[in-house]
Amino acid sequence: MANYSTNEFKGGLKIMLDGEPCAILENEMVKPGKGQAFNRVKIRKLISGKVLEKTFKSGDSVEGADVMDTDLAYLYTDGEFWHFMNNETFEQIAADEKAVGDNVKWLVENDVCTITLWNGNPIAVTPPNFVELEITETDPGLKGDTAGTGGKPATLVTGAVVRVPLFVQIGEVIRVDTRTGEYVSRVK
Amino acid sequence: MSEQLWAPSADISTLKQRAKILATIRAFFAERDVLEVETPSMCGASVTDVHLVSFKTRFVGPGNHQGQDLYLQTSPEFAMKRLLAAGSGPIYQLAKAFRNEESGRHHNPEFTMLEWYRPGFDEFALMDEIEQLMRQVLNCQPCSRMTYQQAFLDILGLDPLCASLDELKQCASEHGYADIASAETNPDTLLQLLFCMQIEPKIGIDAPCFVYHFPASQAALAKLNEQDARVAGRFELYYQGMELANGFNELTDAAEQAQRFEQDNQLRAQMGLPQVAIDQHFIEALQQGLPACSGVALGVDRLIMLALGKSRIDEVISFAVGRA
Repeated sequence: MANYSTNEFKGGLKIMLDGEPCAILENEMVKPGKGQAFNRVKIRKLISGKVLEKTFKSGDSVEGADVMDTDLAYLYTDGEFWHFMNNETFEQIAADEKAVGDNVKWLVENDVCTITLWNGNPIAVTPPNFVELEITETDPGLKGDTAGTGGKPATLVTGAVVRVPLFVQIGEVIRVDTRTGEYVSRVK
Repeated sequence: MSEQLWAPSADISTLKQRAKILATIRAFFAERDVLEVETPSMCGASVTDVHLVSFKTRFVGPGNHQGQDLYLQTSPEFAMKRLLAAGSGPIYQLAKAFRNEESGRHHNPEFTMLEWYRPGFDEFALMDEIEQLMRQVLNCQPCSRMTYQQAFLDILGLDPLCASLDELKQCASEHGYADIASAETNPDTLLQLLFCMQIEPKIGIDAPCFVYHFPASQAALAKLNEQDARVAGRFELYYQGMELANGFNELTDAAEQAQRFEQDNQLRAQMGLPQVAIDQHFIEALQQGLPACSGVALGVDRLIMLALGKSRIDEVISFAVGRA
């Protein structure tokens, strides 16, 4: 993999840091009128998801990370791996528990997810921004409540727990924003 | 938001306020009988400073059909000192300066510099005058002053004039710069790192802050202090997280100046950077005799940012580099 000089730093560039692939979020040059320039960089570690700040001496190089995103449809899990397929080539990829992480609760069969590959191996799975899931468990709500004042917890078919308005019942399918974990609407 | 790149990066009301600040600066010097001058943006020689990269262009014309390399000036300093050596008396200039590889929130590769020289002033008398201008333009509190050494002692508990390379590495590592520290062999790079990242954000918050007596190793074009040769007559001005000005009690010794330029070139060789020809006109002017004086360069775009409360240099420049 190519090396990148700090001059090439920009948002979205993937580099290796402490043995982990990272994405550059922001890059700021700090330079005194007389003296060495530095790059203050905000970085997201792609495996742990941690965001951190790191300073480089300008002109230094870092190793690039062979990271790419690919859109694949979720097929099924065998308990150990989660299987995804490229809808055009029918090529399949299996992601382990570490790569799927907390997003396991948003995986819906046939939904197209973004799989992040590092050296060809999946390291992260990003579900679509909105998914539709059935409610398997929730307290019976009060009839006539439409304001959805406080709401109530509802368990979805994948195990995810979401706050829903009181009028939403077991067996209904709801739309959820996976980025915030919030209820959006009922699906007819 | 779709970006319309034909449009200015600063809004018109900002440009009107900018014009007012420039008029205030000119009036300030007119009142004090400091002469406004203009010097070339393109010169036959550049600077040896290892941390500056100049733009180069080529002049071809009558009497010069083979062409001559010219450099866009990183500051008008050498030419202005040639005027001083020729007997100009106190002078100032609002000049465009050009620095390659510099772009960001506080940097544009082409920027406006206010540079002025005061024969007979030491660095403290010049700081007094800068303070008067700051109070007029920024309407700020009186400036504070501290030595470079005191700033390090107060904020990092480290004496920058005595600390060994290992102590500097240790301090940088403790503040999260272990990767830079482990490979670094130049103490000044570590001092600059610690100053930029740890000290600058903490000084000059409520009022502009002068930091003076920079270490001799970072003297640049300043005289060394006569009482304590570990420090130089160099100062900087900081305000609200921004480096605003750099000034010197000017080195007038031609031989010492030439030697510092040669040291720069030796350092350039070690760092694998190209050699830069020394500006002989400047050295000859010093040999002719530069009057004892102090001078300062102040970033006008940054001054305007502070006066108008803008956070990006683009917002005070009509067309920043991305739209130039």
